[in-house]
Amino acid sequence: MQGSVGRDVIATLIVSVILIWALPLMVGTYTLTVLAIYAMLGLSLGLIWGFGGILCFGQAAFFGLGAYTYAIAAINIGESTLPMIIAVIVPCIFAALLGAMMFYGRLGDVYLGVITLVVTLILFKFVNSTAGPAYTIGNARLGGYNGIPGFPTLNVPGRTDLYIWGDALYYLCAVALVLVYLGVTWLLRSSFGRIAVGIRENETRMSLIGYDVRIRKTVMFAIGAAIAGLAGALYANWGAIVTPGLFSLSQSAEIIIWCIVGGLGTRFGPLLGAAGLGYLKFLLGQQSMINNTMLMGLILVLFVLFLPRGVVPAAISVWRASVGRPRRTGRARAMRRNRRRDRDDG
Amino acid sequence: MAEPVLETQHLSMHFGGVVALDNVTFTLRRGELRCLIGPNGAGKSTFFKCLTGLLTPSEGHVLMQGEETTGWPPHQVAALGVGIKTQVPNVMDALSVQENIWLAARRFLPSAQADAKTREVIDRLALGAIARTDLGQLAHGERQQVELGFVAASDPWLVLLDEPAAGMTAGEVARMTEVIHELNRTAAVVIVEHDMQFIRSIASKVTVFHQGAILIEEDVEAVMSDPHVRNIYLGKKA
Repeated sequence: MQGSVGRDVIATLIVSVILIWALPLMVGTYTLTVLAIYAMLGLSLGLIWGFGGILCFGQAAFFGLGAYTYAIAAINIGESTLPMIIAVIVPCIFAALLGAMMFYGRLGDVYLGVITLVVTLILFKFVNSTAGPAYTIGNARLGGYNGIPGFPTLNVPGRTDLYIWGDALYYLCAVALVLVYLGVTWLLRSSFGRIAVGIRENETRMSLIGYDVRIRKTVMFAIGAAIAGLAGALYANWGAIVTPGLFSLSQSAEIIIWCIVGGLGTRFGPLLGAAGLGYLKFLLGQQSMINNTMLMGLILVLFVLFLPRGVVPAAISVWRASVGRPRRTGRARAMRRNRRRDRDDG
Repeated sequence: MAEPVLETQHLSMHFGGVVALDNVTFTLRRGELRCLIGPNGAGKSTFFKCLTGLLTPSEGHVLMQGEETTGWPPHQVAALGVGIKTQVPNVMDALSVQENIWLAARRFLPSAQADAKTREVIDRLALGAIARTDLGQLAHGERQQVELGFVAASDPWLVLLDEPAAGMTAGEVARMTEVIHELNRTAAVVIVEHDMQFIRSIASKVTVFHQGAILIEEDVEAVMSDPHVRNIYLGKKA
Protein backbone atom coordinates (compact mmCIF):
# COMPACT_ATOMS: atom_id res chain seq x y z
CA MET A 1 0.00 0.00 0.00
CA GLN A 2 2.81 2.41 0.93
CA GLY A 3 4.52 1.73 -2.38
CA SER A 4 1.38 2.59 -4.33
CA VAL A 5 0.94 5.80 -2.29
CA GLY A 6 4.52 6.76 -3.13
CA ARG A 7 3.93 6.11 -6.82
CA ASP A 8 0.68 8.06 -6.65
CA VAL A 9 2.38 11.08 -5.07
CA ILE A 10 5.27 11.04 -7.56
CA ALA A 11 2.88 10.70 -10.53
CA THR A 12 0.73 13.55 -9.18
CA LEU A 13 3.75 15.80 -8.71
CA ILE A 14 5.17 15.08 -12.19
CA VAL A 15 1.81 15.67 -13.93
CA SER A 16 1.19 18.79 -11.81
CA VAL A 17 4.58 20.34 -12.59
CA ILE A 18 4.06 19.73 -16.33
CA LEU A 19 0.52 21.18 -16.27
CA ILE A 20 1.43 24.18 -14.11
CA TRP A 21 4.29 24.97 -16.50
CA ALA A 22 2.52 24.18 -19.80
CA LEU A 23 -1.00 25.57 -19.28
CA PRO A 24 0.04 29.25 -19.15
CA LEU A 25 1.46 28.77 -22.65
CA MET A 26 -2.11 28.19 -23.89
CA VAL A 27 -4.40 30.07 -21.46
CA GLY A 28 -3.86 33.28 -19.52
CA THR A 29 -2.86 32.93 -15.86
CA TYR A 30 -5.77 35.15 -14.80
CA THR A 31 -8.21 32.54 -16.15
CA LEU A 32 -6.12 29.60 -14.97
CA THR A 33 -6.14 30.97 -11.43
CA VAL A 34 -9.91 30.89 -11.19
CA LEU A 35 -9.99 27.45 -12.85
CA ALA A 36 -7.63 26.12 -10.18
CA ILE A 37 -9.92 27.62 -7.53
CA TYR A 38 -13.00 26.03 -9.15
CA ALA A 39 -11.12 22.72 -9.29
CA MET A 40 -10.47 22.95 -5.56
CA LEU A 41 -14.14 23.73 -4.93
CA GLY A 42 -15.19 20.79 -7.11
CA LEU A 43 -12.78 18.53 -5.23
CA SER A 44 -14.32 19.62 -1.92
CA LEU A 45 -17.76 18.37 -2.97
CA GLY A 46 -16.24 15.38 -4.77
CA LEU A 47 -14.72 14.32 -1.46
CA ILE A 48 -17.83 14.50 0.69
CA TRP A 49 -20.29 13.32 -1.97
CA GLY A 50 -18.20 10.87 -3.96
CA PHE A 51 -16.41 9.27 -1.02
CA GLY A 52 -18.51 10.23 2.00
CA GLY A 53 -21.92 9.74 0.39
CA ILE A 54 -23.10 13.17 1.58
CA LEU A 55 -24.94 15.03 -1.16
CA CYS A 56 -24.58 18.65 -0.10
CA PHE A 57 -26.62 21.14 -2.10
CA GLY A 58 -24.96 23.99 -0.26
CA GLN A 59 -21.26 23.72 -0.94
CA ALA A 60 -21.49 27.30 -2.20
CA ALA A 61 -22.35 28.35 1.37
CA PHE A 62 -18.91 27.26 2.60
CA PHE A 63 -17.25 28.78 -0.46
CA GLY A 64 -18.99 32.10 0.17
CA LEU A 65 -18.29 31.95 3.91
CA GLY A 66 -14.59 31.43 3.18
CA ALA A 67 -14.55 34.40 0.80
CA TYR A 68 -16.48 36.74 3.12
CA THR A 69 -14.49 35.64 6.18
CA TYR A 70 -11.25 36.42 4.37
CA ALA A 71 -12.48 39.83 3.22
CA ILE A 72 -13.75 40.81 6.68
CA ALA A 73 -10.66 39.49 8.49
CA ALA A 74 -8.28 41.10 5.99
CA ILE A 75 -9.91 44.53 6.46
CA ASN A 76 -9.66 44.20 10.23
CA ILE A 77 -6.24 42.55 10.48
CA GLY A 78 -4.42 43.86 7.43
CA GLU A 79 -1.81 41.14 6.97
CA SER A 80 -3.27 38.24 4.95
CA THR A 81 -1.82 35.13 6.64
CA LEU A 82 -4.17 35.04 9.62
CA PRO A 83 -7.26 35.92 7.52
CA MET A 84 -6.46 32.97 5.23
CA ILE A 85 -6.35 30.64 8.23
CA ILE A 86 -9.57 32.09 9.69
CA ALA A 87 -11.24 31.73 6.27
CA VAL A 88 -10.61 27.97 6.43
CA ILE A 89 -11.56 27.57 10.09
CA VAL A 90 -14.89 29.47 10.02
CA PRO A 91 -16.59 27.36 7.28
CA CYS A 92 -15.12 24.24 8.90
CA ILE A 93 -16.69 25.03 12.28
CA PHE A 94 -19.94 26.16 10.66
CA ALA A 95 -20.13 22.85 8.75
CA ALA A 96 -19.24 20.85 11.85
CA LEU A 97 -22.15 22.43 13.74
CA LEU A 98 -24.56 22.07 10.82
CA GLY A 99 -23.36 18.51 10.15
CA ALA A 100 -23.68 17.50 13.80
CA MET A 101 -27.25 18.79 13.82
CA MET A 102 -28.11 16.83 10.66
CA PHE A 103 -26.23 13.59 11.29
CA TYR A 104 -27.00 13.29 15.01
CA GLY A 105 -30.58 14.18 14.12
CA ARG A 106 -30.56 11.12 11.81
CA LEU A 107 -31.83 13.10 8.84
CA GLY A 108 -32.23 11.22 5.58
CA ASP A 109 -30.42 12.16 2.37
CA VAL A 110 -33.35 14.15 0.99
CA TYR A 111 -33.72 16.27 4.12
CA LEU A 112 -29.97 16.77 4.22
CA GLY A 113 -30.09 18.11 0.66
CA VAL A 114 -32.99 20.39 1.51
CA ILE A 115 -31.36 21.76 4.66
CA THR A 116 -28.03 22.51 2.99
CA LEU A 117 -29.89 24.20 0.15
CA VAL A 118 -31.98 26.27 2.55
CA VAL A 119 -28.92 27.29 4.58
CA THR A 120 -27.29 28.55 1.37
CA LEU A 121 -30.41 30.52 0.46
CA ILE A 122 -30.65 32.00 3.96
CA LEU A 123 -27.03 33.15 3.76
CA PHE A 124 -27.67 34.56 0.27
CA LYS A 125 -30.74 36.49 1.44
CA PHE A 126 -29.04 37.64 4.64
CA VAL A 127 -25.87 38.92 2.97
CA ASN A 128 -27.97 40.63 0.31
CA SER A 129 -29.81 42.54 3.03
CA THR A 130 -26.74 43.90 4.79
CA ALA A 131 -26.48 47.20 2.99
CA GLY A 132 -25.96 50.26 5.14
CA PRO A 133 -23.66 51.26 7.99
CA ALA A 134 -25.56 49.15 10.54
CA TYR A 135 -24.01 45.98 9.16
CA THR A 136 -20.34 46.16 10.00
CA ILE A 137 -17.93 43.70 11.58
CA GLY A 138 -15.07 45.71 13.07
CA ASN A 139 -14.00 48.01 10.27
CA ALA A 140 -15.60 45.90 7.52
CA ARG A 141 -18.95 46.92 6.06
CA LEU A 142 -20.79 43.94 4.62
CA GLY A 143 -22.12 46.07 1.79
CA GLY A 144 -25.32 44.15 0.98
CA TYR A 145 -25.86 43.52 -2.73
CA ASN A 146 -22.66 45.38 -3.64
CA GLY A 147 -20.49 43.11 -1.50
CA ILE A 148 -17.11 44.01 -0.02
CA PRO A 149 -14.52 45.55 -2.32
CA GLY A 150 -11.10 46.96 -1.57
CA PHE A 151 -9.82 44.58 1.10
CA PRO A 152 -6.10 43.80 1.35
CA THR A 153 -5.27 40.86 -0.90
CA LEU A 154 -2.64 38.17 -0.33
CA ASN A 155 0.81 39.26 0.69
CA VAL A 156 4.02 37.37 1.37
CA PRO A 157 3.67 36.32 5.05
CA GLY A 158 5.08 39.07 7.25
CA ARG A 159 5.62 41.47 4.30
CA THR A 160 2.50 43.61 3.89
CA ASP A 161 4.20 45.56 1.12
CA LEU A 162 4.77 42.46 -1.06
CA TYR A 163 1.48 41.43 -2.68
CA ILE A 164 0.94 38.07 -4.41
CA TRP A 165 -0.97 38.75 -7.61
CA GLY A 166 -0.97 38.00 -11.34
CA ASP A 167 1.27 35.05 -12.25
CA ALA A 168 2.38 34.58 -8.64
CA LEU A 169 -1.24 34.15 -7.54
CA TYR A 170 -1.72 31.55 -10.28
CA TYR A 171 1.27 29.54 -9.08
CA LEU A 172 0.13 29.86 -5.47
CA CYS A 173 -3.40 28.63 -6.31
CA ALA A 174 -2.04 25.79 -8.46
CA VAL A 175 0.33 24.65 -5.72
CA ALA A 176 -2.50 24.92 -3.14
CA LEU A 177 -4.66 22.74 -5.41
CA VAL A 178 -1.91 20.13 -5.72
CA LEU A 179 -1.43 20.12 -1.93
CA VAL A 180 -5.18 19.76 -1.33
CA TYR A 181 -5.31 16.95 -3.92
CA LEU A 182 -2.44 15.14 -2.19
CA GLY A 183 -4.11 15.74 1.18
CA VAL A 184 -7.35 14.21 -0.13
CA THR A 185 -5.36 11.27 -1.54
CA TRP A 186 -3.72 10.71 1.83
CA LEU A 187 -7.05 11.04 3.64
CA LEU A 188 -8.73 8.48 1.38
CA ARG A 189 -5.86 6.01 1.80
CA SER A 190 -5.96 6.40 5.58
CA SER A 191 -8.18 4.32 7.84
CA PHE A 192 -10.52 7.31 8.17
CA GLY A 193 -10.99 7.51 4.40
CA ARG A 194 -11.49 3.77 3.96
CA ILE A 195 -14.05 3.75 6.76
CA ALA A 196 -15.78 6.78 5.18
CA VAL A 197 -16.13 4.83 1.94
CA GLY A 198 -17.56 1.92 3.93
CA ILE A 199 -20.12 4.30 5.44
CA ARG A 200 -21.01 5.59 1.97
CA GLU A 201 -21.66 2.01 0.91
CA ASN A 202 -23.70 0.81 3.88
CA GLU A 203 -24.30 2.96 6.92
CA THR A 204 -26.29 0.34 8.82
CA ARG A 205 -23.64 -2.33 8.41
CA MET A 206 -20.85 0.03 9.49
CA SER A 207 -22.90 0.89 12.53
CA LEU A 208 -23.39 -2.82 13.30
CA ILE A 209 -19.64 -3.31 13.02
CA GLY A 210 -19.24 -0.69 15.73
CA TYR A 211 -18.48 2.59 13.97
CA ASP A 212 -20.19 5.78 15.09
CA VAL A 213 -21.36 6.91 11.68
CA ARG A 214 -22.60 10.29 12.93
CA ILE A 215 -19.26 11.67 14.12
CA ARG A 216 -17.41 10.37 11.06
CA LYS A 217 -19.87 11.97 8.65
CA THR A 218 -19.70 15.23 10.59
CA VAL A 219 -15.89 15.26 10.37
CA MET A 220 -15.97 14.45 6.65
CA PHE A 221 -18.51 17.22 6.05
CA ALA A 222 -16.34 19.71 7.97
CA ILE A 223 -13.21 18.74 5.99
CA GLY A 224 -15.08 19.33 2.72
CA ALA A 225 -16.22 22.73 4.02
CA ALA A 226 -12.67 23.67 5.03
CA ILE A 227 -11.45 22.96 1.48
CA ALA A 228 -14.37 24.95 0.04
CA GLY A 229 -13.52 27.77 2.48
CA LEU A 230 -9.90 27.80 1.27
CA ALA A 231 -11.16 27.96 -2.32
CA GLY A 232 -13.45 30.84 -1.32
CA ALA A 233 -10.60 32.78 0.29
CA LEU A 234 -8.44 32.34 -2.82
CA TYR A 235 -11.38 33.39 -4.98
CA ALA A 236 -11.76 36.56 -2.91
CA ASN A 237 -8.09 37.33 -3.61
CA TRP A 238 -8.48 36.59 -7.30
CA GLY A 239 -11.54 38.84 -7.73
CA ALA A 240 -10.53 41.42 -5.09
CA ILE A 241 -14.24 41.68 -4.28
CA VAL A 242 -16.79 39.40 -2.61
CA THR A 243 -20.51 39.59 -3.43
CA PRO A 244 -23.64 37.68 -2.30
CA GLY A 245 -23.58 35.88 -5.67
CA LEU A 246 -21.04 33.49 -4.10
CA PHE A 247 -23.89 32.02 -2.03
CA SER A 248 -26.27 31.80 -4.97
CA LEU A 249 -28.30 28.80 -5.98
CA SER A 250 -26.68 28.74 -9.43
CA GLN A 251 -23.23 28.53 -7.80
CA SER A 252 -24.37 25.53 -5.71
CA ALA A 253 -25.92 23.83 -8.73
CA GLU A 254 -22.78 24.37 -10.80
CA ILE A 255 -20.60 22.57 -8.26
CA ILE A 256 -22.93 19.56 -8.38
CA ILE A 257 -22.84 19.59 -12.19
CA TRP A 258 -19.02 19.70 -12.15
CA CYS A 259 -18.96 16.57 -10.00
CA ILE A 260 -21.52 14.69 -12.10
CA VAL A 261 -19.81 15.56 -15.38
CA GLY A 262 -16.28 14.85 -14.10
CA GLY A 263 -17.26 11.65 -12.33
CA LEU A 264 -18.12 10.90 -8.73
CA GLY A 265 -16.08 8.49 -6.66
CA THR A 266 -12.83 9.67 -8.24
CA ARG A 267 -10.47 12.37 -7.02
CA PHE A 268 -9.66 13.70 -10.46
CA GLY A 269 -13.22 13.71 -11.87
CA PRO A 270 -14.73 16.66 -9.93
CA LEU A 271 -11.49 18.57 -10.42
CA LEU A 272 -11.57 18.03 -14.16
CA GLY A 273 -15.31 18.74 -14.36
CA ALA A 274 -14.86 22.02 -12.48
CA ALA A 275 -11.90 23.24 -14.53
CA GLY A 276 -13.38 22.02 -17.85
CA LEU A 277 -16.84 23.48 -17.38
CA GLY A 278 -15.37 26.60 -15.78
CA TYR A 279 -13.28 27.16 -18.90
CA LEU A 280 -16.29 26.49 -21.13
CA LYS A 281 -18.25 29.07 -19.14
CA PHE A 282 -15.38 31.53 -19.56
CA LEU A 283 -15.37 30.98 -23.35
CA LEU A 284 -19.15 31.29 -23.57
CA GLY A 285 -19.00 34.49 -21.55
CA GLN A 286 -17.15 36.09 -24.46
CA GLN A 287 -20.17 35.79 -26.77
CA SER A 288 -23.87 36.53 -26.50
CA MET A 289 -25.43 34.04 -28.93
CA ILE A 290 -25.80 31.09 -26.56
CA ASN A 291 -27.22 31.36 -23.05
CA ASN A 292 -24.61 30.10 -20.60
CA THR A 293 -27.03 28.64 -18.04
CA MET A 294 -29.05 26.84 -20.71
CA LEU A 295 -25.93 25.24 -22.10
CA MET A 296 -24.87 24.08 -18.61
CA GLY A 297 -28.30 22.49 -18.18
CA LEU A 298 -28.04 20.84 -21.57
CA ILE A 299 -24.60 19.45 -20.75
CA LEU A 300 -25.93 18.02 -17.49
CA VAL A 301 -28.90 16.39 -19.24
CA LEU A 302 -26.66 14.88 -21.92
CA PHE A 303 -24.24 13.50 -19.35
CA VAL A 304 -27.01 12.04 -17.19
CA LEU A 305 -28.48 10.36 -20.27
CA PHE A 306 -25.36 9.15 -22.06
CA LEU A 307 -22.48 9.19 -19.57
CA PRO A 308 -24.09 8.96 -16.13
CA ARG A 309 -20.90 7.95 -14.36
CA GLY A 310 -19.01 10.96 -15.69
CA VAL A 311 -15.92 11.48 -17.83
CA VAL A 312 -13.19 10.05 -15.62
CA PRO A 313 -14.89 6.76 -14.60
CA ALA A 314 -15.91 6.23 -18.24
CA ALA A 315 -12.34 6.88 -19.41
CA ILE A 316 -10.99 4.48 -16.76
CA SER A 317 -13.45 1.78 -17.92
CA VAL A 318 -12.40 2.24 -21.55
CA TRP A 319 -8.73 2.15 -20.59
CA ARG A 320 -9.13 -1.03 -18.54
CA ALA A 321 -11.13 -2.70 -21.28
CA SER A 322 -8.70 -1.89 -24.07
CA VAL A 323 -5.20 -0.99 -22.89
CA GLY A 324 -4.78 -1.16 -19.14
CA ARG A 325 -5.36 -4.85 -18.49
CA PRO A 326 -4.94 -6.89 -21.65
CA ARG A 327 -6.51 -10.26 -21.10
CA ARG A 328 -3.95 -12.96 -21.67
CA THR A 329 -5.99 -16.02 -22.31
CA GLY A 330 -4.56 -19.52 -22.41
CA ARG A 331 -5.18 -19.58 -26.13
CA ALA A 332 -3.21 -16.35 -26.65
CA ARG A 333 -0.37 -17.64 -24.51
CA ALA A 334 -0.26 -20.88 -26.47
CA MET A 335 -0.14 -18.96 -29.77
CA ARG A 336 2.76 -16.85 -28.52
CA ARG A 337 4.55 -19.98 -27.32
CA ASN A 338 4.05 -21.64 -30.71
CA ARG A 339 5.29 -18.56 -32.55
CA ARG A 340 8.42 -18.46 -30.34
CA ARG A 341 9.02 -22.17 -30.93
CA ASP A 342 8.62 -21.72 -34.71
CA ARG A 343 11.06 -18.82 -34.65
CA ASP A 344 13.64 -20.82 -32.65
CA ASP A 345 13.23 -23.84 -34.94
CA GLY A 346 13.36 -21.81 -38.13
CA MET B 1 -23.13 -22.61 36.34
CA ALA B 2 -21.41 -20.00 34.14
CA GLU B 3 -22.33 -16.34 34.61
CA PRO B 4 -24.88 -14.71 32.30
CA VAL B 5 -23.48 -12.64 29.42
CA LEU B 6 -26.81 -11.61 27.95
CA GLU B 7 -30.07 -11.05 29.79
CA THR B 8 -33.38 -9.51 28.94
CA GLN B 9 -35.84 -8.64 31.66
CA HIS B 10 -39.54 -8.25 30.88
CA LEU B 11 -38.77 -7.05 27.36
CA SER B 12 -41.78 -5.81 25.40
CA MET B 13 -42.13 -4.16 22.04
CA HIS B 14 -45.30 -2.61 20.68
CA PHE B 15 -45.87 -1.27 17.19
CA GLY B 16 -48.98 0.81 17.72
CA GLY B 17 -51.57 -1.71 18.87
CA VAL B 18 -49.55 -4.74 17.74
CA VAL B 19 -47.60 -6.53 20.47
CA ALA B 20 -44.48 -7.96 18.82
CA LEU B 21 -42.74 -8.90 22.07
CA ASP B 22 -44.54 -9.57 25.32
CA ASN B 23 -42.62 -9.61 28.60
CA VAL B 24 -39.66 -11.70 27.40
CA THR B 25 -37.15 -12.68 30.06
CA PHE B 26 -34.19 -14.51 28.62
CA THR B 27 -30.73 -15.50 29.87
CA LEU B 28 -27.69 -16.64 27.91
CA ARG B 29 -24.65 -17.86 29.81
CA ARG B 30 -20.95 -17.76 28.94
CA GLY B 31 -20.00 -20.40 26.36
CA GLU B 32 -23.61 -21.21 25.50
CA LEU B 33 -24.97 -21.62 21.97
CA ARG B 34 -28.69 -20.97 21.76
CA CYS B 35 -31.03 -21.14 18.82
CA LEU B 36 -34.20 -19.05 18.72
CA ILE B 37 -36.96 -20.58 16.66
CA GLY B 38 -40.60 -19.91 16.04
CA PRO B 39 -43.09 -19.45 13.23
CA ASN B 40 -43.21 -16.27 11.17
CA GLY B 41 -44.36 -13.31 13.28
CA ALA B 42 -43.38 -15.03 16.54
CA GLY B 43 -41.17 -12.10 17.57
CA LYS B 44 -37.70 -13.60 17.00
CA SER B 45 -36.45 -10.89 14.69
CA THR B 46 -37.95 -8.12 16.82
CA PHE B 47 -36.20 -9.64 19.83
CA PHE B 48 -32.96 -9.78 17.81
CA LYS B 49 -33.31 -6.14 16.79
CA CYS B 50 -33.91 -5.09 20.40
CA LEU B 51 -30.68 -6.86 21.38
CA THR B 52 -28.64 -5.23 18.62
CA GLY B 53 -30.00 -1.73 19.12
CA LEU B 54 -31.78 -1.61 15.77
CA LEU B 55 -35.00 -1.22 17.77
CA THR B 56 -35.56 0.38 21.15
CA PRO B 57 -37.88 -1.78 23.27
CA SER B 58 -41.09 -0.24 24.55
CA GLU B 59 -40.52 -1.74 28.00
CA GLY B 60 -38.00 -3.88 29.84
CA HIS B 61 -34.25 -4.13 29.97
CA VAL B 62 -31.36 -5.61 28.00
CA LEU B 63 -28.16 -6.37 29.93
CA MET B 64 -24.85 -7.44 28.41
CA GLN B 65 -22.25 -8.69 30.88
CA GLY B 66 -24.33 -7.00 33.54
CA GLU B 67 -24.30 -3.61 31.77
CA GLU B 68 -27.62 -2.05 30.84
CA THR B 69 -27.66 -1.60 27.06
CA THR B 70 -31.38 -0.91 26.56
CA GLY B 71 -31.87 1.63 23.78
CA TRP B 72 -28.18 1.86 22.95
CA PRO B 73 -27.50 2.56 19.26
CA PRO B 74 -26.08 -0.41 17.29
CA HIS B 75 -22.54 0.97 17.09
CA GLN B 76 -22.35 1.19 20.88
CA VAL B 77 -23.65 -2.37 21.30
CA ALA B 78 -21.16 -3.66 18.70
CA ALA B 79 -18.32 -1.69 20.30
CA LEU B 80 -18.80 -3.74 23.48
CA GLY B 81 -17.48 -6.73 21.54
CA VAL B 82 -20.73 -8.05 20.11
CA GLY B 83 -20.57 -9.60 16.63
CA ILE B 84 -23.79 -9.11 14.66
CA LYS B 85 -25.06 -10.68 11.45
CA THR B 86 -28.41 -9.50 10.17
CA GLN B 87 -31.10 -11.51 8.37
CA VAL B 88 -30.51 -10.06 4.90
CA PRO B 89 -26.85 -9.89 3.85
CA ASN B 90 -25.80 -6.43 4.87
CA VAL B 91 -22.49 -5.71 3.15
CA MET B 92 -20.60 -3.04 1.23
CA ASP B 93 -21.36 -4.06 -2.36
CA ALA B 94 -18.86 -1.84 -4.16
CA LEU B 95 -15.94 -2.98 -1.99
CA SER B 96 -13.95 -6.20 -2.21
CA VAL B 97 -14.25 -9.09 0.23
CA GLN B 98 -10.85 -8.14 1.64
CA GLU B 99 -11.85 -4.49 2.17
CA ASN B 100 -15.16 -5.51 3.75
CA ILE B 101 -13.51 -7.76 6.31
CA TRP B 102 -10.71 -5.24 6.92
CA LEU B 103 -13.32 -2.66 7.91
CA ALA B 104 -14.62 -5.01 10.60
CA ALA B 105 -11.12 -5.89 11.81
CA ARG B 106 -10.03 -2.23 11.89
CA ARG B 107 -12.78 -1.32 14.34
CA PHE B 108 -10.96 -3.12 17.13
CA LEU B 109 -7.35 -3.30 15.90
CA PRO B 110 -4.64 -0.90 14.69
CA SER B 111 -4.20 -0.79 10.92
CA ALA B 112 -1.29 -3.24 10.56
CA GLN B 113 -2.88 -5.80 12.88
CA ALA B 114 -6.18 -5.38 11.02
CA ASP B 115 -4.39 -6.39 7.79
CA ALA B 116 -3.10 -9.58 9.44
CA LYS B 117 -6.51 -10.32 10.98
CA THR B 118 -8.17 -9.87 7.58
CA ARG B 119 -5.84 -12.43 5.99
CA GLU B 120 -6.48 -14.84 8.87
CA VAL B 121 -10.28 -14.55 8.55
CA ILE B 122 -10.15 -14.93 4.76
CA ASP B 123 -8.11 -18.14 5.16
CA ARG B 124 -10.40 -19.41 7.91
CA LEU B 125 -13.52 -18.92 5.79
CA ALA B 126 -11.77 -20.16 2.62
CA LEU B 127 -12.55 -16.88 0.82
CA GLY B 128 -9.07 -16.54 -0.72
CA ALA B 129 -10.26 -17.13 -4.29
CA ILE B 130 -12.73 -14.25 -4.12
CA ALA B 131 -10.79 -11.95 -1.79
CA ARG B 132 -10.39 -9.22 -4.42
CA THR B 133 -13.89 -9.56 -5.86
CA ASP B 134 -16.48 -6.88 -5.13
CA LEU B 135 -19.32 -8.08 -2.92
CA GLY B 136 -21.88 -6.96 -5.49
CA GLN B 137 -20.66 -9.68 -7.84
CA LEU B 138 -20.95 -12.54 -5.34
CA ALA B 139 -23.68 -15.11 -4.82
CA HIS B 140 -25.98 -14.94 -1.80
CA GLY B 141 -24.18 -17.71 0.10
CA GLU B 142 -20.79 -16.07 -0.38
CA ARG B 143 -22.17 -12.76 0.85
CA GLN B 144 -23.53 -14.55 3.94
CA GLN B 145 -20.05 -15.95 4.57
CA VAL B 146 -18.49 -12.51 4.30
CA GLU B 147 -20.95 -11.29 6.91
CA LEU B 148 -19.79 -14.09 9.17
CA GLY B 149 -16.29 -12.84 8.37
CA PHE B 150 -17.29 -9.46 9.88
CA VAL B 151 -18.19 -11.27 13.08
CA ALA B 152 -15.03 -13.42 13.13
CA ALA B 153 -12.79 -10.39 12.47
CA SER B 154 -14.02 -8.56 15.56
CA ASP B 155 -13.10 -11.34 18.06
CA PRO B 156 -16.43 -11.00 19.89
CA TRP B 157 -17.47 -12.41 23.27
CA LEU B 158 -21.10 -12.45 22.19
CA VAL B 159 -22.32 -13.37 18.70
CA LEU B 160 -25.83 -12.59 17.43
CA LEU B 161 -26.70 -14.26 14.11
CA ASP B 162 -30.00 -13.85 12.30
CA GLU B 163 -30.64 -16.74 9.88
CA PRO B 164 -27.00 -17.41 9.00
CA ALA B 165 -27.77 -20.51 6.90
CA ALA B 166 -30.52 -18.99 4.76
CA GLY B 167 -29.99 -19.49 1.04
CA MET B 168 -26.72 -21.38 1.38
CA THR B 169 -25.59 -24.60 -0.26
CA ALA B 170 -24.99 -27.73 1.84
CA GLY B 171 -21.23 -27.21 1.59
CA GLU B 172 -21.50 -23.59 2.66
CA VAL B 173 -23.74 -24.55 5.59
CA ALA B 174 -21.20 -27.17 6.70
CA ARG B 175 -18.40 -24.57 6.63
CA MET B 176 -20.65 -22.05 8.37
CA THR B 177 -21.41 -24.62 11.12
CA GLU B 178 -17.70 -25.20 11.60
CA VAL B 179 -16.98 -21.48 11.91
CA ILE B 180 -19.85 -20.95 14.35
CA HIS B 181 -18.51 -23.77 16.54
CA GLU B 182 -15.08 -22.13 16.40
CA LEU B 183 -16.58 -18.78 17.41
CA ASN B 184 -18.44 -20.52 20.22
CA ARG B 185 -15.13 -21.56 21.81
CA THR B 186 -14.58 -17.95 22.89
CA ALA B 187 -18.05 -16.42 22.59
CA ALA B 188 -21.63 -17.11 23.59
CA VAL B 189 -23.80 -17.40 20.49
CA VAL B 190 -27.46 -16.63 19.75
CA ILE B 191 -28.82 -17.84 16.42
CA VAL B 192 -32.24 -17.00 15.00
CA GLU B 193 -32.98 -19.77 12.50
CA HIS B 194 -35.68 -21.65 10.60
CA ASP B 195 -33.67 -24.55 9.19
CA MET B 196 -34.41 -27.40 11.63
CA GLN B 197 -31.67 -29.62 10.25
CA PHE B 198 -29.14 -26.84 10.80
CA ILE B 199 -30.47 -26.25 14.31
CA ARG B 200 -30.14 -29.94 15.16
CA SER B 201 -26.56 -29.93 13.91
CA ILE B 202 -25.51 -26.87 15.84
CA ALA B 203 -27.47 -26.26 19.03
CA SER B 204 -28.01 -28.11 22.23
CA LYS B 205 -30.56 -25.74 23.71
CA VAL B 206 -33.40 -24.05 21.86
CA THR B 207 -35.76 -21.21 22.81
CA VAL B 208 -39.12 -21.30 21.05
CA PHE B 209 -40.96 -18.00 20.47
CA HIS B 210 -44.68 -17.90 19.92
CA GLN B 211 -46.90 -14.81 19.68
CA GLY B 212 -44.16 -12.55 21.03
CA ALA B 213 -43.41 -14.62 24.12
CA ILE B 214 -41.17 -17.55 25.02
CA LEU B 215 -43.15 -20.78 24.72
CA ILE B 216 -40.52 -23.25 25.80
CA GLU B 217 -36.78 -23.37 26.50
CA GLU B 218 -35.37 -26.89 26.36
CA ASP B 219 -32.81 -29.23 24.80
CA VAL B 220 -33.20 -29.50 21.05
CA GLU B 221 -34.60 -33.04 21.09
CA ALA B 222 -37.08 -32.22 23.85
CA VAL B 223 -38.26 -29.20 21.86
CA MET B 224 -38.64 -31.20 18.66
CA SER B 225 -40.77 -33.80 20.39
CA ASP B 226 -42.87 -31.31 22.35
CA PRO B 227 -46.48 -31.56 21.12
CA HIS B 228 -47.06 -27.81 21.54
CA VAL B 229 -44.07 -26.98 19.38
CA ARG B 230 -45.03 -29.57 16.79
CA ASN B 231 -48.48 -28.09 16.74
CA ILE B 232 -47.62 -24.40 16.38
CA TYR B 233 -44.32 -24.55 14.61
CA LEU B 234 -43.88 -27.76 12.68
CA GLY B 235 -47.54 -28.52 12.01
CA LYS B 236 -49.55 -31.35 13.54
CA LYS B 237 -48.49 -33.93 11.00
CA ALA B 238 -44.76 -33.24 11.22
